[in-house]
Amino acid sequence: MSTPSETEHFVAPYDEGVTFDELPDAPPRQGYKPSITGWIGIAVVGFWLFIAVAGPFIAPMGENDLPFPDDYSEFQKPRVGAPLGTDVEDRDILTRIMYGAGRTIGISFVATSLAYLVGVILGIGAAVSSPRVDMILSRVNDAFLSLPTIMLGLVVVAAVGSSIPVLIATAGLIYATVVFRLARAIGMEIMVMDYVEAARARGEGTWWVITREIWPNARMPLITDFGLRMIYVILFISSLSFLGLGVQPPQADWGSMVRENLGTLQYGASILPVLAPALAIATLTVAINLIVDDVSAHGGGKLSKRM
Amino acid sequence: MWSLILKRIGVGLVTVVAVSFIIFAGTKILPGDAAQIQLGQNATVENLAAMRAEMGLDKPYLIQYFTWAGNFITGDLGSSLASDVPLTQLIADRYQNTVMVAVLTALIGVPISLLMGILAAMFPGSAYDRVLTFVSVSLVASPEFLTATLLVLLFVLGMGIGTAVVVGSTEGKGFFSLISHFALPITTLSFVIASQLIRMSRAAVLNVMSSPYIEMAILKGVPRHRIIFRHALLNSIGPIVNVVALNLAYLVTGVIVVEVYFGYPGLATLIVQGVQSRDFVMVQGLGMIFCLTYVILMLIADVAAYASNPRLRHPK
Repeated sequence: MSTPSETEHFVAPYDEGVTFDELPDAPPRQGYKPSITGWIGIAVVGFWLFIAVAGPFIAPMGENDLPFPDDYSEFQKPRVGAPLGTDVEDRDILTRIMYGAGRTIGISFVATSLAYLVGVILGIGAAVSSPRVDMILSRVNDAFLSLPTIMLGLVVVAAVGSSIPVLIATAGLIYATVVFRLARAIGMEIMVMDYVEAARARGEGTWWVITREIWPNARMPLITDFGLRMIYVILFISSLSFLGLGVQPPQADWGSMVRENLGTLQYGASILPVLAPALAIATLTVAINLIVDDVSAHGGGKLSKRM
Repeated sequence: MWSLILKRIGVGLVTVVAVSFIIFAGTKILPGDAAQIQLGQNATVENLAAMRAEMGLDKPYLIQYFTWAGNFITGDLGSSLASDVPLTQLIADRYQNTVMVAVLTALIGVPISLLMGILAAMFPGSAYDRVLTFVSVSLVASPEFLTATLLVLLFVLGMGIGTAVVVGSTEGKGFFSLISHFALPITTLSFVIASQLIRMSRAAVLNVMSSPYIEMAILKGVPRHRIIFRHALLNSIGPIVNVVALNLAYLVTGVIVVEVYFGYPGLATLIVQGVQSRDFVMVQGLGMIFCLTYVILMLIADVAAYASNPRLRHPK
C-alpha cells in the first residue's frame, strides 16, 4: 500500500500522524476476536454510545437546570446531587456531560459518515476513471489537504457562522479530502492487480469491477480507517467548540463545556468542570484507538509488526 | 534532484495561489460584506454604496482578489474591520510572541522527544518502549486542552508553579518570571508535538533497523551500540528531518487551541477573535500567514524526504 503513484509524490506522507501503512493489508481470515485491550476499548465506546443515546432520558435534570438555585455556599464543588460539581453558571456537570455526549458523538459520526460517502465515491471514482479526471480531482484535493484543518474550519465559520449542520458539512468535507486520498490509493493498487485485468478481459464493466473486485478488497482498510478518522473528527469538532466556534451555548457539548468553565482554573474552586468534559473526550478517542489498533493487529497490518 | 526540488517549489506556489483563492472565496460566500459590517446600523443605501466604492467592493471579484493578493505580497494586510487599526500593527507584537513560543517549543520539545523515540526504537518491546508507546498513542488521541488541564493541575494547583492564565504584556519582567509566564503553554505544546514525534521517530529508526544491511552488521558481530550509532542513526537522519518538519507544521494547528486555552497574546488568539467578530480582513490576512507557514514547512519536509531517500527521487 505504500508504493506512491506519481501524482502522490507531492503530498507529504503524513496525515496527523497516521500513515496508510498502519492499516491492515487484508481482511481477517477468521472472524475478529478482540484481545483484552480490544475489549476495554469496546466497553468504553459502548458505554459512551449508551450515554449518547440514553443520556437525555436518564440524566437527573434538564441540561440548563440549576440543581441548587440561590444556594452558593458550595458553589461549583462536588456535592450530593451534583457528583461532578457545577459549572460557572451553577448547572450540573454530570447532566451536561450526558446531554453533550449525544451531540459530540452524533455530530462527529454523521460528519465522518459524510466524509466517507464523499471521499470513497470520488476516490474510487478517480481510481477507475481516466488519468485526466484523476489528475484534476487529485490536484484539487491536494490544495485542500495542504491546509491546516482547523484553519479551514475557522474560515468557513467566519464566513457562514456556526450551527450544527454547518459543523457537520465543514468537518465532513474537510475530512473527505483525507478519505479521498486513501480510497484512491487503495483503488489504484487494486486496479493494477491481475484479477482486475482478468475481469476486464472477460468484458466486465466498470461498475462490476468496482462492486465485485475493488470494494471487497478495499473494505477492510477503509472500515478500520473510519475509526481513526472519527477520532480526528471528534478532536476537530471539540477544538472548534472549545474555540467558541462550534456548538453554541446554551447547548452542552464537551468541547464548549471546557471553554465555558476555563475561568474556574483561575480562582480554582474546582477543576472538575474543565477536567471532566476533557477526560470524556479523551476516554472516547483513546478507546476508539484501542479498537482500531486491535483490529489492525488482527488483520495482519504493518502496525502489528511494529507494535 | 534540483529539478525535482524546483518542481516541488512550483507545486508549493500553485498550492499557495489555490489557498489564497479558498480563503478569499470563503469570505465572499455570504451576502453581508465588509462595508455593511463597518457601517453597521448607520447604513443607508447611499453611504453603503459610497463605502463600497471607497473599499473597492463594487469592482468584480476577480479584480478585488488581485488587489487583495497584490497588497498581501507587498506587505499591506489592510485594516481590521472591528478597530480600523492596520493589521500589520496589530500583528507586530503578537507575531513575536507566537514565534517565540513555537521556537522555544521546537528547541525544547524536539530534541527530547527525538531522544525518547530513538531510545524506544533501540529497545523495541521493552517495558520502556511499551509504556512510551501507550502514553504517546493516548496523547495523540487526546485533545490539546486535556493535556493543558492536566499540566495546570500538576504544576499550578499541585505545586504552585507557573500561571494558569497568561495575560498582559511581557515587558519589564525578569528572566525567571518570564519563564514561569510561558512555561505552561510551551510545555503543553511540547507534549502535543512530542506524542507525534516519539511515534514517528521510533518508526523511522525501526524501519532502518529492519533493513538487510543492519542484519548483515548483526551477523558480522558488530557491537549493538556501534550498529545503532554508525549504521542505523546516520541512515535515519533524513526521515527524522522529514518527521520534524511535519511536526512543526502540526504546531501551527496546535498553537491555536493552546494559545486560546492560556489566553496567550499571540496570533492564534487574534484570528479566533477575528472569526468571532467576523472581521473578514483579519481572518483573510492571518489565515494566509498561517497557511503560508504551513505550506513552507510541508515543502521543507518533502525536500528533506527527497534528499534522504533516492528511491523517491527516481520513482519507478
